[in-house]
Amino acid sequence: MARITAGIGASHVPLIGRAVDTGDTQSDYWKPLFDGFDFTKKWIAEEQPDVIFLVYNDHATAFSLDMVPTFAIGCAEEFAPADEGFGPRPVPMVEGAPDLAWHVAQSVIQQDFDLTIVNKMDVDHGLTVPLSLMYGQPKKWPVKVIPFAVNVVVYPTPSGRRCYNLGKAIRNAVKSFDEDLNVQIWGTGGMSHQLQGPRAGLINQEWDKRFLDRLADKPEELADIAHIEYIRETGSEGIEMVMWLVMRGALSDKVTELHRHYHVPASNTAVGHIVLENQS
Amino acid sequence: MALDKPYKDVPGTTIFDSKMARKGYHLNQFCMSLMNAENRARFKDDERAYLSEWPMNEEQRQAVLDRDYNAMLALGGNIYFLAKIFSSDGKSFQYAAALMTGMSEEEYKAMMVSGGRSPDGNRYIGENK
Repeated sequence: MARITAGIGASHVPLIGRAVDTGDTQSDYWKPLFDGFDFTKKWIAEEQPDVIFLVYNDHATAFSLDMVPTFAIGCAEEFAPADEGFGPRPVPMVEGAPDLAWHVAQSVIQQDFDLTIVNKMDVDHGLTVPLSLMYGQPKKWPVKVIPFAVNVVVYPTPSGRRCYNLGKAIRNAVKSFDEDLNVQIWGTGGMSHQLQGPRAGLINQEWDKRFLDRLADKPEELADIAHIEYIRETGSEGIEMVMWLVMRGALSDKVTELHRHYHVPASNTAVGHIVLENQS
Repeated sequence: MALDKPYKDVPGTTIFDSKMARKGYHLNQFCMSLMNAENRARFKDDERAYLSEWPMNEEQRQAVLDRDYNAMLALGGNIYFLAKIFSSDGKSFQYAAALMTGMSEEEYKAMMVSGGRSPDGNRYIGENK
C-alpha cells in the first residue's frame, strides 16, 4: 500500500531558484538561507521517497485569467519547467506519477472536493524552487512529482480550514492506492510577504514563528485562521500559507518535528521551512 | 446582498478580488502576452501601438506606458501579471516593490535585510504610527 511518511513546508521565492541556477548559494546574502536546508538534503537522500505530492501555486504562468481553477491536480506523464519571462529555469523535466495522481483525483472528488484535472501544464518556480532546495542540482530529479496547484492569486482563495480538510482527503486517497510507495507531501509558499502596493515589504516574524510553533501539535488552531488575518498580519501574499495546511492535513494526527528553519529575507519574503514525520 | 470585504481597511494593499479581476481582465491578459518573446519585441518596438491592440481603457494604457504600478493595481492589475511587464524591462520584483513603496531600491533592500516592514502601524488605515 502507498503511505504518506512525512511532510515538508518550504517557501518558494523565485530568487532562490536564481541563486541556485547561478551558483550563488554560498554568498553572504544566501548562505544563511541555504544552510538551513542541509539537514533536509541529507535526510531526504536517506528517506528516498518515491513520489512527492507537491502543493504549490501557479503565478500567472500556466493559468492566466483564461481559467482559474481553485484546486488542480497534475495527472500528466511529465511537466516542463515554464518560461516565466526569462526563459525556463535550467532544471530537469519533472516526471509525473499519473497512476497515483488519477487515483487521488477520483478518490478526493468522491470525498466532495471538486478538483480540476490537468493533463498538460508547465510548472513555474512555485514547484521547481522547493525541488532545488531539497535536491540541489541533479541531472534528473530522483523522485516523481504530482503537482497540485491551489489558487492563491485571485481572491478568494480557499480557506485554511478547507485546505486542511482537503489534506485529510488526500491522506485517505493515498492510503487506498494499491502499490507500495513512499509518498511525501510538501506544502510550499509563504511565509509573511507582500509584493504589491505601498505596504510592500511587510514581514511579521513573530506571527510566522507562532505558525511554525503550532503546525505539528495544534493544526486545528491554524485551520481556523481567517483570510483577513493572513492579509493584515502577514501581507497580501502571506495567504500562501494555506497551502501548508493541505500538507499538515495529509499527515497523521500525531507527527514529530524533525527540523525547522526560519530566515529573513529572501528578496521580499520571510522564508520558513519545517520537516514533519508521521508517527507510526 | 453585498459581498463581505473585510480587507478594505488594510492600508497600502489592493486585494485582487472578483471586482478587480473583472476590471483588470484585459490589462492582465495583455501582461500574459509578454510571456512570448515575439510579443515582447513588438511591445518594445512600439509600446503604444501594441497596447492599442488590447481593449483596455486609456487610463490603463497610460499607466502601463508610465510604469505606474500602483495605478495599474488600482485599475485591476494583479502583481503576478504585472510582473511580466517589469520582467520584460529586465527589472526584478524588488525593483518593482521599491517603486510601489516610494523608496529607492537601496533603501528598500536595506529595510528588507534589517527584517522588513513591521506590521505595527500598518494593519489598519488611519492607525496611529
